[in-house]
Amino acid sequence: MAKVLVIAEQRDGRLKKTTFELLGASASAGNETHAILLGDGIQGLAAELAHYGAQTVHVANDPGLKHYTAEAYAQVIVSLAHALQPEVIVATHSPTGRDLMPKVAARLGVGLASDCVAASFEAGKLKVRRPLYAGKATAEVEFVGAGPQLATVRANALGIPKPDTSKSASIQNVTVALSGVKTTVSEVVQGQAGRPDVTEASIVISGGRSLKNAENFKILEETADVIGAAVGASRAAVDAGFRPHRDQVGQTGKVVSPNLYIACGISGAIQHLAGMRSSKVIVAINTDPEAPIFQVADYGIVGDLFAVAPALKDELKKLKEH
Amino acid sequence: MNIYVCIKQVPDTETKIKLNTDSSGIDTTGIKWIMSPYDEFAVEEALRLREKNPGSTVTVVSAGPLRVVETLRTALAMGADNAIHIDSPESADSYRVAKAIAAALKKEPQIDIVFAGKEAIDDGAAQVSQLVAEGLGIPYVTVVLNAEYSAGSVKCRREVEGGAIEVVTTPLPALIAAQKGLNEPRYASLPNIMKAKKKEVKVLKEADLGVSDADQKIRYKNFQLPPPKQAGKKIAGDPATQAKELARLLREEAKVI
Ligand SMILES: Cc1cc2nc3c(=O)[nH]c(=O)nc-3n(C[C@H](O)[C@H](O)[C@H](O)COP(=O)(O)OP(=O)(O)OC[C@H]3O[C@@H](n4cnc5c(N)ncnc54)[C@H](O)[C@@H]3O)c2cc1C
Ligand SMILES: Nc1ncnc2c1ncn2[C@@H]1O[C@H](COP(=O)(O)O)[C@@H](O)[C@H]1O
Repeated sequence: MAKVLVIAEQRDGRLKKTTFELLGASASAGNETHAILLGDGIQGLAAELAHYGAQTVHVANDPGLKHYTAEAYAQVIVSLAHALQPEVIVATHSPTGRDLMPKVAARLGVGLASDCVAASFEAGKLKVRRPLYAGKATAEVEFVGAGPQLATVRANALGIPKPDTSKSASIQNVTVALSGVKTTVSEVVQGQAGRPDVTEASIVISGGRSLKNAENFKILEETADVIGAAVGASRAAVDAGFRPHRDQVGQTGKVVSPNLYIACGISGAIQHLAGMRSSKVIVAINTDPEAPIFQVADYGIVGDLFAVAPALKDELKKLKEH
Repeated sequence: MNIYVCIKQVPDTETKIKLNTDSSGIDTTGIKWIMSPYDEFAVEEALRLREKNPGSTVTVVSAGPLRVVETLRTALAMGADNAIHIDSPESADSYRVAKAIAAALKKEPQIDIVFAGKEAIDDGAAQVSQLVAEGLGIPYVTVVLNAEYSAGSVKCRREVEGGAIEVVTTPLPALIAAQKGLNEPRYASLPNIMKAKKKEVKVLKEADLGVSDADQKIRYKNFQLPPPKQAGKKIAGDPATQAKELARLLREEAKVI
């Protein structure tokens, strides 16, 4: 059994499901599971963390924590770590987690295993595996030396536990006294609402160069909306200006591992595969039966996406209605 | 301004990865090495900042075995003024590399800004930038899409969750980690490639920087290649039949819908 500190994340007043994954993995291994929740006006979210396995929730509520900055968040987490002495500190490999955790690691003088795709506990120790060379290989991480083990874990890697609403946690208020914060966030320009982020979605539908223009991506967006999927793209589609770079999947884009990845008119270049091959189920729709994408596809359709994708949307709609 | 850029040498994105015989690492024979793509944006940004501030110098620094000098020369050919090679072992982790880079930069007379990539495409750690900044005691802004420089500060637009853009201002000195879109990196011209070959590359040993094996915090072991995929199912028929069958399989067999 280990003492584990989970960095909880919330956005717009809602806890992120990736936080539940981390809590579930820790609690189900019998660890003493703590969560820290940072923000402004977020006290109301603490109780829900307990449903997923947090025994103690440390709440750092302060106007200075309204917008994430690495400087402010790291100060709070590091001082809690000194007081609590956890053996393990985990966060999601989200935009926040990946920016923040190296600073925490530096301050604690310990190593960090980032973007882990497998994480478990063995005899009170965290055991993780992470991808290298954009998922063309993976390796186990050995932590050398003393101090807590730090890791960030990729979204969807652990699975969301079933919540137990009968559980409650001890709520501890953290005293926040920020100093020396130099960076300031002046504005957050929201992205398109409604559709999930490619890195977090449990289903991703991606399109390639063959979509021919930005408007045609509507075909994929409509299908995505039926099943709550995110829309991704190949680099060729991004370079052609059909989609913003933030939606690019691959070695120089986002690495995703959803439960279902549907590649429409994407050839399956090695750099694209690097970003999606760890998806649990892969579907490829492509006119060319020799396209390399079929080598990683669980289900392949040799056909024209302009005919298949709309038909698929109708079929999925029927399924959803039943 | 004294401008610094951290650059990493990585295998070309086309590389097929093979493991060594005892799976303790990869087989590096025959690998073509390149500058990590995000570091190209970092170098370009440094060069543009120098152009706007006459009298500035751009120094590129890379830690790794002797081969990384070739990548330093690529940056010199793009237009960097100076290069520092930190002789670190192949197996050095982020912490050790960052400690060495920070120590090397501390030897410099003055640092105004440091550029890096948002992540290296080999280990994808996304750590070294933050660790270097921390080692230097300066703030950082990562995943930067756009930067506006004014005297003593930089206003950055950075990519965050769900396609949102955060506007962050940091005083200088600071470290800026580049995302694709920051700029369009230039190609090195042939005359510059020739000139770069003759430029001196300063070499620093880990021992000169107070870095040793004791700074290694993580090690990789038991490498694995992704398990080969079973041949998938091809779904035949006209588009309507194919779509119907696919939807059925996704629900009943794969259970993902
Ligand atoms: C340094 C570097 C980094 C890179 N990083 C990335 C990355 O992060 N992500 C990435 O995706 N790529 C990346 N690439 C690019 C990669 O090599 C490929 O060029 C790119 O993935 C191709 O995109 P595509 O599959 O959309 O286009 P193409 O390769 O042109 O493939 C189009 C496919 O669509 C099929 N098709 C055509 N019409 C139809 C139709 N009507 N219906 C169905 N199928 C149809 C064709 O058969 C073909 O297979 C990178 C390259 C380099 C050099
Ligand atoms: N060995 C290295 N030498 C110089 N810079 C490095 C090195 N490793 C990483 N960096 C810098 O840190 C960034 C992030 O790398 P990483 O943390 O490995 O993903 C890279 O884009 C480089 O700018």
